[in-house]
Amino acid sequence: MQRESMEFDVVVVGGGPAGLSAAIKLRQLAVQNGVELSVCVLEKGAEVGAHIMSGAIFEPRALDELFPDWAGMKAPLHTPVESDEIYYLNSARGAVRVPDLFVPATMHNQGNYIVSLGNLCRWLGEQAERLGVEVFPGFPAADVLYDEQGRVKGVVTADMGLDKQGKPKDGFVPGIELHAKQTLFAEGCRGHLGKSLIQRFNLDAEVDAQHYGLGIKEIWEVPEFQHRPGLVVHSTGWPLKEAKAQGGAFMYHLEDRQVVVGQVLDLNYANPYLSPFDEFQQLKHHPLFAEYLSGGKRISYGARAIAKGGLQSLPRMHFPGGLLIGCDAGTLNFAKIKGSHTAMKSGMLAAEVVFESLRDNPEPGLDLANYANQFRQSWLYEELYQQRNFGPAMHRFGNLVGAAYAWLDLNLFKGRLPWTLSDPAPDHDRLLPARQAARIEYPKPDGVLSFDKLSSVFLSNTNHEEDQPCHLTLLSSVVPLAVNLPIYAEPAQRYCPAGVYEVLQEKGAEPVLQINAQNCLHCKTCDIKDPSQNILWRPPEGGGGPSYTSM
Amino acid sequence: MSVLIIAEHDNRSLKPATFNAIGAARKLGADIHVLVAGEGCGLVAEQAARLEGVSLVQYADAAQYSAQLAEQVAPVVLELVRLNGYSHVIAPSTAAGKNLLPRVAALLDVAQISDVIEVVSADTFVRPVYAGNALLTVRSADSVKVLTVRTTAFTGVEAGTTIARIVPVVMAAPKALSTFLGAELKASERADLTTAKVVISGGRGMGNGENFGLLERVADKLGAAVGASRAAVDAGYVSNDLQVGQTGKIVAPELYIAVGISGAIQHLAGMKDSKIIVAINSDEDAPIFRIADYGLVADLFEAVPALEAELS
Amino acid sequence: MKVVVAVKRVADANVKVRVKSDGTGVELGNVKMAINPFCEIAVEAAVRLKESGKASEVVAVSVGTDASQEQLRTALAMGADRAILVKGADTLEPLAVAKVLKAIVQREAADIVVLGKQSIDGDNNQTGQMLSALLDCAQGAFASSIEVGDGNVTVTREVDGGLETLQLTLPAVLTADLRLNEPRYASLPNIMKAKKKPLDVVAIEELGVDVSPRLTVLKVVEPAERQAGKRVSSVKELVEKLRNEAGVI
Repeated sequence: MQRESMEFDVVVVGGGPAGLSAAIKLRQLAVQNGVELSVCVLEKGAEVGAHIMSGAIFEPRALDELFPDWAGMKAPLHTPVESDEIYYLNSARGAVRVPDLFVPATMHNQGNYIVSLGNLCRWLGEQAERLGVEVFPGFPAADVLYDEQGRVKGVVTADMGLDKQGKPKDGFVPGIELHAKQTLFAEGCRGHLGKSLIQRFNLDAEVDAQHYGLGIKEIWEVPEFQHRPGLVVHSTGWPLKEAKAQGGAFMYHLEDRQVVVGQVLDLNYANPYLSPFDEFQQLKHHPLFAEYLSGGKRISYGARAIAKGGLQSLPRMHFPGGLLIGCDAGTLNFAKIKGSHTAMKSGMLAAEVVFESLRDNPEPGLDLANYANQFRQSWLYEELYQQRNFGPAMHRFGNLVGAAYAWLDLNLFKGRLPWTLSDPAPDHDRLLPARQAARIEYPKPDGVLSFDKLSSVFLSNTNHEEDQPCHLTLLSSVVPLAVNLPIYAEPAQRYCPAGVYEVLQEKGAEPVLQINAQNCLHCKTCDIKDPSQNILWRPPEGGGGPSYTSM
Repeated sequence: MSVLIIAEHDNRSLKPATFNAIGAARKLGADIHVLVAGEGCGLVAEQAARLEGVSLVQYADAAQYSAQLAEQVAPVVLELVRLNGYSHVIAPSTAAGKNLLPRVAALLDVAQISDVIEVVSADTFVRPVYAGNALLTVRSADSVKVLTVRTTAFTGVEAGTTIARIVPVVMAAPKALSTFLGAELKASERADLTTAKVVISGGRGMGNGENFGLLERVADKLGAAVGASRAAVDAGYVSNDLQVGQTGKIVAPELYIAVGISGAIQHLAGMKDSKIIVAINSDEDAPIFRIADYGLVADLFEAVPALEAELS
Repeated sequence: MKVVVAVKRVADANVKVRVKSDGTGVELGNVKMAINPFCEIAVEAAVRLKESGKASEVVAVSVGTDASQEQLRTALAMGADRAILVKGADTLEPLAVAKVLKAIVQREAADIVVLGKQSIDGDNNQTGQMLSALLDCAQGAFASSIEVGDGNVTVTREVDGGLETLQLTLPAVLTADLRLNEPRYASLPNIMKAKKKPLDVVAIEELGVDVSPRLTVLKVVEPAERQAGKRVSSVKELVEKLRNEAGVI
């Protein structure tokens, strides 16, 4: 079909920290140098920030560079970190505080802020528009466009107004082609276009498979006397250790009596009966968390996968016509459990490289290999290099020994140990067959501290147009019931934090896989963890998905 | 203090919504007059005169009121308020009441308070906002309080022992701004889901679409509408225009019977304002029992036919 | 023929709003805002009148703060020709809004005014009818279909128990019900074009209208949570209770 097209100098896919920082920096450079430069940002959420979900403890380093006067400009960094506590939970009721001395240097948070990344992105979006960036919320990029030489020439937005069978409804509007000299892909962890670009250009040929975690988070409003603004708590151990899974929990006290509580669970877990959602719900019953949450009210819920493979999994980020930035590439620093400042920096570096290139040579489709050099020379690379062994050590050695290794590596050797641990096995290959795994019976939610999936999804304000094609594509419709179910007890029913996948079986009938796409939080876990890699996540109609408030 | 109720009727008899409106007015402890405006609606006026608490019926019978057009009736209300000094004008929060009353309020240059669910005092009322997710207590400073009231929030009055005076109201017809061309009313078919007084809904527990016939038979006995949970719609049992819930229809009937419905919050969002909720489910732990006024733990395939029999 | 369509900025329909714990209102900070769904339907209706050649111009109006410009741009992207923001507080009561709109409608000499039947925040369902009264013109509330004729408009309205059809003289005020139409998507090219369409800002004081509030909000609370009632042990008991105790059958 002949589609309409629009031209921009640079198209940025994704309105998160990486994409917005890149767009802002491009326009700042253009204005400073008196150069014309058209930049647009495509965002699939209904507004900038709608799909942003993060803890988050924010290191202002990159923001300081992007907007030195961010405080005067009223960037939403309201709560500085006041105290930083790390615990090892040895049982459902026990906790041991890790003395500061033994905490890896990367986990110290002085000078950092507890923020809502969603609100920060919204602020960045406003700054971007002020600088002349065209921001288009509600418009997912559906596919990459290539020219005859196979170079990236832009993206095409998703069609709007198709019915469940994929046929145009009355209000049908076909997607638009956006052509650009350079396209920056900043869709966040496991972006579907990023995934296709990595495959097409073999960007991960020389690196380990990417590794992921699933972060599930809630915001609670707690009674005044339980609120300690600036308090940061991290924990590991229970409950994940019971299921032999890795990861850790966090609790941050923001302003307005709001407390963020969440857990990141490594998706390399082996037991197919594990449910990240239920592991998190259990966690809140531990006194360490319960004492702050009791009497409070849960006001928000969300989930998102994170890319934690670090340098060893970081693919080549440049290819003809485009760059992969932020978590779409995998710039998160897992040792710090922070990805926002690194995403921002990667975006800013990309902007500098793209600007220089376009100024000298406005030809479309160039392969900006210089990005790799700039990246290598930046503090971003230095940071990721120092912390490169943290993740793999945890995977290799488990939480305790891994943490000890990390402590030595980071505190004593400052990351200069002369070797780099590798971790080649992809997360989806790690599941044991169900018959080899121990069943896990999770306790029922008590409706006070712990809750069921549906009432949790309710708080994410997730909504999708009902009559549209299912955005969760099964490469084979047979695999879930013929392979995943008998071998792995179809783990999608458990790893999805939104209850999208259900296996229904009426008396005497064949089991049926029901996909409740309406509930999808766009976390990408199914795309990552399906042992058969049979689920392909594609963006639903624009504007659909969560509508996170202050996540 | 005296109240003017705008009666809702079809020129033959009063609609039950009027009884609830009068019930709301009784909370004010004031004199209650009822305006019956229509054509050939003498019987309606007589019916109104017999209602408990009504002390006078303003009876406006003329061709221009036959369709009870807002542009024709509002000036009558305005004139009656001017002549009688009513302190309150009340109509039920039905399509008819919602259509007419704001016009009256604007002509009186006063605020209107819509969909009142509680009368706190003569000038203070409670009303829902944000689709019932918040309740506002408001006080009006106007000399005339114009209210629409939610019928399910007030008990309807019945016929009393006295007969009120019926006073004819004759007014010149203002210029005709609109003309009634016709109406299509579904009198005998199954009630419309969003306005039915009783709704019976089926969930995943129904097992298949055919089994919804069991619910339809009960619906017939009760003059009810049939609804469904999302799970039943997604499973293909019934079409999605029966769906009650966050992404379906929002209903607030007098009686909501949830059959084989677990009670996910998304479903509750669509029916939580029902006056009475009944749950029939074989799972005693189903969340719906936490909010049902009457809960019956039973196999629906036994309970529903038994319900039909009991209602016969 | 000129059509004026009024739009309101409200909390997005998908967001669950919370009541502030101090009882003073609803928590709207950081909440996603959007065009009121019924207003969107009204804009669609107005644009269709233009596309069918019945109307020559569609003017979108909103009464509120600067932030409402976003919703006016949405209306422009859907096909409105011009927009007017009447800048004032964003908490005006329907009567005040109706008075403001009256001033604009008279300024514009509009033939048809379309509004959404109610906004999903206040749920008042008053403004259109009030505006009609102030203009002393015909009203077609809860319209599910609109047919413009010669100097009149035929409206089918949703009423309890069915539909009613009225013919209204012009000028007329219509309010849009859910089934009136399916609003179009604003496409990217149209969003870009909308940025160049005229959007005038009028200070509310200029209109000389009395917008003082008549109502005082004393408190805002969450509805009481429904509690579990009683368990019945048989259908017979259930029916008996529904009949005699609850009085609903």
